[in-house]
Amino acid sequence: MDFNFTEEQQLLADTVRRFLREHYTFEARRGILKSPQGWSREVWNELAGLGLTALNVPEGYGGLNAGPVDTMLVMNALGEALVVEPYLAAAVLTPALLTHLNDDEAASELLPSIASGERIVIVAHQEPKTRGELDHVTTRAQTTADGYVLDGYKNVVMHAGAADELLVTARTGGKTDEAEGISLFRVDPAAAGVTIKAYRTLDGQSAADIEFANLRLPATSRIGAEGKAFAAIEAAHGIALSALCAEAVGIMKAVNATTLEYTRSRKQFGQPIARFQVLQHRMADMFLHSEQAVSMSYLAAIKCTEPEAAERQRALSAAKVVIGQAGRFIAQQSIQLHGGMGMTDELMVSHYFKRLTAIDLSLGDVDFHTQRFIALTHPG
Amino acid sequence: MDLKYTAEELIFRDQVRRFLAEKLPRDISEKVAGGHAIRAEDYTRWQKILHEHGWGAPSWPKQFGGAAWGPVQLHIYDEEAAAAGAPRTIPFGLKMVAPVIMAFGSPAQQQRFLPRILSGDDWWCQGYSEPGAGSDLASLKTRAERRTDDEMGDHYLVNGQKTWNTLGQYADWIFCLVRTDPHAPKQQQGISFLLIDMKSPGITVRPIITLDGAHEVNEIWFENVKVPVANRVGEENKGWTYAKFLLGHERANIAGVGASKRELKRLKNIARSEIKNGRPLLADPLFAARVAQVEIDLMALEITNLRALAAEAQRHAPGPEASVLKIKGTEIQQTLSELMMYAVGPYALPFQRESSDEGDLRSLVGPEYAAPLAATYCNYRKVTIYGGSNEIQRNIISQMILGL
Repeated sequence: MDFNFTEEQQLLADTVRRFLREHYTFEARRGILKSPQGWSREVWNELAGLGLTALNVPEGYGGLNAGPVDTMLVMNALGEALVVEPYLAAAVLTPALLTHLNDDEAASELLPSIASGERIVIVAHQEPKTRGELDHVTTRAQTTADGYVLDGYKNVVMHAGAADELLVTARTGGKTDEAEGISLFRVDPAAAGVTIKAYRTLDGQSAADIEFANLRLPATSRIGAEGKAFAAIEAAHGIALSALCAEAVGIMKAVNATTLEYTRSRKQFGQPIARFQVLQHRMADMFLHSEQAVSMSYLAAIKCTEPEAAERQRALSAAKVVIGQAGRFIAQQSIQLHGGMGMTDELMVSHYFKRLTAIDLSLGDVDFHTQRFIALTHPG
Repeated sequence: MDLKYTAEELIFRDQVRRFLAEKLPRDISEKVAGGHAIRAEDYTRWQKILHEHGWGAPSWPKQFGGAAWGPVQLHIYDEEAAAAGAPRTIPFGLKMVAPVIMAFGSPAQQQRFLPRILSGDDWWCQGYSEPGAGSDLASLKTRAERRTDDEMGDHYLVNGQKTWNTLGQYADWIFCLVRTDPHAPKQQQGISFLLIDMKSPGITVRPIITLDGAHEVNEIWFENVKVPVANRVGEENKGWTYAKFLLGHERANIAGVGASKRELKRLKNIARSEIKNGRPLLADPLFAARVAQVEIDLMALEITNLRALAAEAQRHAPGPEASVLKIKGTEIQQTLSELMMYAVGPYALPFQRESSDEGDLRSLVGPEYAAPLAATYCNYRKVTIYGGSNEIQRNIISQMILGL
């Protein structure tokens, strides 16, 4: 039993944190959010320069193969600074998917440029009428003489607008909710037959709905075995879920600190409002929630690579439930304790609030994961 | 970072499992597993078995006959013992007064008291709370005045009232906080720590019957009780220091994760047997969600507890983070008792109280597992009140951790 981080891990966390403190201030972030694309390639290149885009790429493909605990520490720091660049999507989910796909050719082609930060590859998997389940795929890839024709619709694909390339899931067989029959395709977002409707999400990040209409793809665009992509999709989403939990924990700690600071400086009735016991106990509860969230983020990091699927998923669902609930409580109370100031766009706290809210709604919310937990705990 | 036990710890766990399988009396473990009342003699019988095996005082140092286990071993033992249905350790002797006697008592006190605590020969109880001194313990009023006479020599004359005394009806000894200097500038400064023989003339134990109908706590009256000065631990008027030291030790295993895991299992067994809309209650979506919530909270608490444990093993005694464990641990205990009661529905209503003195009262109506549930639910309101109420724990968090 060991909850220590190695010296290298400490150093990594410190480096990321220092970089963000210096270069990713509230004002700098605000500038990025106001830009048309809503994220900064410059910042992305700097993150790549720190080695962060290589973290989840295996060594054989130019990466650092660092693992979920390192990723957790990085995500803590990115959460604290509310980084809007597509780290989770492009530097965690995508490399995890490519690593689990058992397609050496695709991995050799894509992973080195992902590791170096040159290429941003985004997974387009989620569809309407899903809220966390991963096997619901209606997008179809029909076999033709020289390849495939893709038709379907993907929704709220985070950072699709930033993609140099998309990895799209589509059915080459099986029924709508079957794990079997899902394949993965490399798609050029600029190709005819791809319509990207980009927008911002409530937390200021970029996302898009994507329509594929009669999109013609060569046979070589399929990566991994036909109809067998689900295991890799599931494994990669587990790793991404762990990273998302860690991002939430970074935010929770930061928003708790911000709230504490604010109540110490804000005076009413002739004294700092932090003197009032009703607020002290609220902040004690916020601390309790964040401690439980830290614990479950650790569990998620440890279990997200567990080979036994039911054990892995059960732990990840439990983690997402705790993090979703803790995030909601902390987010709501942080605004409440900031009073009117919490309602403004001017302070970090409202931005923390929105990101924590978005995190609960991403990769399955509290209800979804509670149900999955129940199904895995009491099968049959 | 990992959650695995070392090879040595796994060997230790197997030893504990084997011991429990061989030595824990079946009649006791059945009572614990069914949530039934445990008698004083059951606790003592189990303590004597542990003592014979050399495990009578797992946390004590070897020089006093303890097993000198570290925090991780203690945790493993607590988990395994709870799962096997061992009765909880009655803390007053082993975990509360003994560490104080070891740290601050005289060699004579150590020789006199510690072996009999270890062997289970002496039952200790706690004289801390008073009618006017609960969370504000330092405002206690029980008076101890220095006297000398031919019969007793140097002694204290103790007058006052203690309350919420747990299981004092069985006690041979009570450790008491008393006021020896009513004029001290701060109320914490005039307090001393006395060890008092419960057979002393002038002591009256009056039962307090709690809302579950049980006799678990008492009022204790002291009327001109003579206590030899030799029974004072440490220095006069320094008792508050020892009291705080004791409260720090009260926090070991404060999360109660092992016992809550066992209770969760019991809850699920009940909810599998109960039927709603023609299927097991555990398959009812609303009820299943409630059970899942407490199970998930308990998973998180388990890791939080392990984190505190790892920190303790690495460098120091439990710190203020123990307050987190107390709050979450007791909330979970209450939720489990609540869900179990609601699981049996109308059969929670026939009030089939058990008394630890009367022995087991098997259910008159309804399933056997239903009998103790309502009483336990009522009784468990105590857990967020005792050992520093959860509101006091929040004060500790906001002062000691958040720095407010």
